[in-house]
Amino acid sequence: MPTIHVTDRDGSQSSFEARPGLTLMEALRGAGYDSIEAICGGNCSCATCHVLIDPDWADTLPPRANDEDDLVADTDAYDETRSRLSCQIAVTDALDGLRLTVAPED
Amino acid sequence: MHVVIVGGGQAAQQTIASLRQGGFDGRLTLVGDEPVLPYQRPPLSKAYMLGELPAERLPLRPEPWYTERRVDLLLGRRVTAIDRSARRVQLDDGGALAYDRLVLATGARPRPLPVPVAAPDAVFDLRSLADVEGIRAGLQAGRRLVIVGGGYIGLEAAAVAHSLGLDVTVLERAERLLARVASPTLSEFYRQQHSRRGVAIRTGAQLTAVEAGGDGGLVTPVLASGERLAADLVLTGIGILPNAEMAAEAGLDVAEGIVVDRDARTSDPLIFAAGDCTRRPLVHHGGHGRLESVHNAVEQGKLAAAAILDQPRPAEDCPWFWSDQYDLKLQIAGLAAGSDHTVVRGEPEAGRFALFYFAGDRLRAVEAVNSAPEFLAAKKLIPAGARLDATAVADTSVKMRDLAAAALAAA
Ligand SMILES: Cc1cc2nc3c(=O)[nH]c(=O)nc-3n(C[C@H](O)[C@H](O)[C@H](O)COP(=O)(O)OP(=O)(O)OC[C@H]3O[C@@H](n4cnc5c(N)ncnc54)[C@H](O)[C@@H]3O)c2cc1C
Ligand code: FES
Repeated sequence: MPTIHVTDRDGSQSSFEARPGLTLMEALRGAGYDSIEAICGGNCSCATCHVLIDPDWADTLPPRANDEDDLVADTDAYDETRSRLSCQIAVTDALDGLRLTVAPED
Repeated sequence: MHVVIVGGGQAAQQTIASLRQGGFDGRLTLVGDEPVLPYQRPPLSKAYMLGELPAERLPLRPEPWYTERRVDLLLGRRVTAIDRSARRVQLDDGGALAYDRLVLATGARPRPLPVPVAAPDAVFDLRSLADVEGIRAGLQAGRRLVIVGGGYIGLEAAAVAHSLGLDVTVLERAERLLARVASPTLSEFYRQQHSRRGVAIRTGAQLTAVEAGGDGGLVTPVLASGERLAADLVLTGIGILPNAEMAAEAGLDVAEGIVVDRDARTSDPLIFAAGDCTRRPLVHHGGHGRLESVHNAVEQGKLAAAAILDQPRPAEDCPWFWSDQYDLKLQIAGLAAGSDHTVVRGEPEAGRFALFYFAGDRLRAVEAVNSAPEFLAAKKLIPAGARLDATAVADTSVKMRDLAAAALAAA
């Protein structure tokens, strides 16, 4: 299972193993990162699962689809290269070593 | 200190999360009458109904999450009464639990069809996982489905059933769809979207009975006009009733929902309530009301936890909600009630537009179809009491984000 390194909203750092087949949001939430609110449950309707991907990793992820782009681009914490809605990213072994930061609340 | 949470849904799960996040160190017990971990309901009429989301992904959190937070889970158990003087709740198995603080997160139940139903096996509610298990067996291409109620849940189910190849009819008693919750413009947009795809939308159609047997169908829904329809399956979506009876019996203030203040506190200072079961202050709109949404359940869960921990009240957003039908993403912020005019931004014909509801120059609500920026802007503008110029809103050459930034700076 891929290991994901997380900087939480309060600055604390930790790592967890994510199960392939889930979305990154589901994996984060299940691992106890309650700062990921994910109110719409992965429907790409709320932007409360916003994370900032480490710049080294941003390019290796599949790009944002239109609806993800529309939603995340107007959040206050938007960063063109780093911003992702974690519910739109599938966990795969290719994510092993991924580093991300939970974005500030919008 | 022992906090007992009654009800195993979204509000309950959030209350647990926020209590432990806020440093609560005492004992926590969750009593929920469904035999499963708290789960998300929105997919029940969307991806889960469609068969795209497996059941194991419905729970809001996996079991270890509760263990790590030292929560005693009493699932499949029901609280039957609250004894406020003894600070104790009664359980259906004869047991009892003493509490220091009680949180009622009992949700709501479907409003039953107010007509004689002679074939209950073919008639389904759409609220719980158990309901959808029953419905899914009947969701087979070619079958005839009659949906009673043209609200969001009925229309989402119509879209799913249509995609699965069923022959779908929606009966709505009012003269338009979404009559209680949306503007005539939005109602008309959704009527066209469903009709165009072949879903029969019957407004002004009042059901008077569901008879057993019929012409080739399993059941016969009968209308006030005398017309008889043939159906294999009937789904009801005519609204919900808050589960507030137990609170009323215990002498708490109840008025179509358990009455709570801004801290989610009931008329008993030791008892809180959160989610669909409450009637709450509408901070950014005035008055009180019931909100039936995930966001409301989450927000009140946080408010209750903060109040129990004697911590500052978390921010209160304006109400918001979403609904998915076909490839149309609807996002709603605010409440349209009390608005006096509406401005359209974008092109309804192109399936990408937002309706702005104003009271004077103050924005009250936005209904955004495939228009996320308008929705996000509204979520900030409404709580800020921002003023917007109607002509500027209609001009799509100005980005919503820029428009919102200017209005927020002036507010
Ligand atoms: C099909 C469907 C689609 C929806 N779609 C959306 C959407 O797209 N967006 C949105 O924002 N909202 C949507 N909603 C609404 C949203 O799901 C609810 O607002 C939310 O689930 C409310 O959470 P809650 O915790 O208040 O209540 P619930 O989720 O109803 O949970 C209450 C729980 O308490 C249990 N309970 C009740 N009384 C007792 C008792 N005495 N003892 C023990 N247990 C008890 C109930 O059985 C239930 O399990 C949808 C709802 C449905 C049904
Ligand atoms: S969970 Fe709502 S957008 Fe990701």
